[in-house]
Amino acid sequence: QKVSVEVLDHLEHLALVDFRDSEGVERLQKAIQFADQLHEVNTDGVEPMDSVLEDRWCLYLREDDVTEGNCTKDLLENAREKVEEYFVAPPGTDFLTKV
Amino acid sequence: MAARGCGGVWRQAWQRGAGGPGPGPGPSPRGQRAVACNAKGGAVPAGKRGLAPWIPVVGLEIHAQISSNSKLFSGSQVQFAAPPNSLVSFFDASLPGTLPVLNRRCVEAAVMTGLALNCSINKKSLFDRKHYFYADLPAGYQITQQRVPIAVNGSLSYSLCIDNKMSQMVTKTVRIKQIQLEQDSGKSLHDDARSQTLVDLNRAGVGLMEVVMEPDMCCGEEAAAAVRELQLILQTLGSSQAVMAEGQLRVDANVSVHHPGEPYGVRTEVKNINSIRFLAKAVDYEIQRQIEELENGGTILNETRAFDSKLGCTVPMRDKEGKQDYRFMPEPNLPPLILYDAKSLPANMNHQQVINIDWIQERLPDLPSVKREKLVEQYGILPEHSFTLLNEDGLAEFFESVVKQTQMKPKKVIGWILNDLLSYLKEHSLTVKESPVSSFLLADLLNLLEKKEISSTAAKQVLAELWKGEGKTPLEIVKEQKLGLLQDQKELEQICQAVIDGQENEVIMMVPG
Repeated sequence: QKVSVEVLDHLEHLALVDFRDSEGVERLQKAIQFADQLHEVNTDGVEPMDSVLEDRWCLYLREDDVTEGNCTKDLLENAREKVEEYFVAPPGTDFLTKV
Repeated sequence: MAARGCGGVWRQAWQRGAGGPGPGPGPSPRGQRAVACNAKGGAVPAGKRGLAPWIPVVGLEIHAQISSNSKLFSGSQVQFAAPPNSLVSFFDASLPGTLPVLNRRCVEAAVMTGLALNCSINKKSLFDRKHYFYADLPAGYQITQQRVPIAVNGSLSYSLCIDNKMSQMVTKTVRIKQIQLEQDSGKSLHDDARSQTLVDLNRAGVGLMEVVMEPDMCCGEEAAAAVRELQLILQTLGSSQAVMAEGQLRVDANVSVHHPGEPYGVRTEVKNINSIRFLAKAVDYEIQRQIEELENGGTILNETRAFDSKLGCTVPMRDKEGKQDYRFMPEPNLPPLILYDAKSLPANMNHQQVINIDWIQERLPDLPSVKREKLVEQYGILPEHSFTLLNEDGLAEFFESVVKQTQMKPKKVIGWILNDLLSYLKEHSLTVKESPVSSFLLADLLNLLEKKEISSTAAKQVLAELWKGEGKTPLEIVKEQKLGLLQDQKELEQICQAVIDGQENEVIMMVPG
């Protein structure tokens, strides 16, 4: 089953990924085929698992204390562009358009 | 466009339609509402040219910033104004290798709010990722609770004045669909001149409670009243300070219209509403816009619109291309959130790791509705008075403080609080805390009045003088301006005699007649 052009465009838009050439699209289709094998398992009446910890209560609760922050310099160190301690990004959702 | 209950707006839209070409019903007789409220409480206005009436439907999505020291999943500080990117941890900036750690206080705030809104608290709730790309969302997803939120199926009761008369109040209820915990995003500052966006992540990761209200409301006034009551509840609980001006309370309205008996119409989402007053305006404008669009043969798009407060209208928002696909998935770094009650309390667990719903329930403060009832019962004031007292921050406490310090009956004191003090405060845009007249001074003044040492008129004069805040006591002002009532019979006689003596001619002329 082929992946339609609409789905492809939609995926590229959502994931900011450029499939570029037919090889990329082929690889995508093979990946989908591989994952489709999951459908062979009968999951009727089985609760989806979202944590291997299952019912063992394990979500740690932190006290409401201020323990972090105040590291502006460190955070901005890797920014390609900055303006007076602000990060700089392209306007709006411009980064969605293809390069 | 005054939102005078549901009646006012629809009369306008209706009259505008009647003003067009072709035969139409004449304007409604003065004073008679062109709108009848149906049994459900929704306005059912007459359409132009005899078309079927419209039922507006309004739902709300409210984001309340949780009042906590640190953020929902990290230990950086929560504070309104701070140097850009100074309240940001590595996790908030989404640097690789960081993980979310849930803040206990945020969970308690959500449980308190859920209980206050009569919700069922889910003992097991889950966290999910909601994906979308935006400059102020460094991770590319927001951690929220889409599948199983922390609280569901509640209700909120609020009151409205009919026809703008405070004496006729009606109670309405809106269903609360759910309350969920989620992260706030950072802030984007758009620099159109240089075609760039400046990003400040101080707000990124702050805890939010999203309160979803079912579409049980029918106009701007109802929406505003519901949000106002929610605001008071949140402030009473302390779970959120809910100051809209500081972005601690954000409201998005979902609006649609349909004919009675037909399915709900296409809804639009209205954003960028910055005050409760604007909320009423935005909702009423959007309802009217949709009605006019549909009556002119147009269609309503399922879109997001922004409210322009300067123009008083809603406009389509840019950057909203088609329906968003958020690709929800369970948050793999957070196991389910488990809450306990008295019955299910685990035996051998660290107290700090356990949240007991019943324990929180027992410690809930009196909600506004209960406070109002108590004020009415204890002091014999009218229900509408209790609303005004609670509506103004600190006014109820001021009132009670004055009552304690004076012999004057609360029923009389309330008049001085609501008519005199409050109008002064409003005139000078002051809060109760900023009042130059303290409860002590006012009580002092009322005592003079109660002991009949001054007249009511004189008391008002003294209050005007006290308002100047020059530090004089009521008694000093009375003496200064000679406002004291004379009690001595003899003194009164002397004065009257002096007047008569001074006007001999007039008296002579009057006596025979």
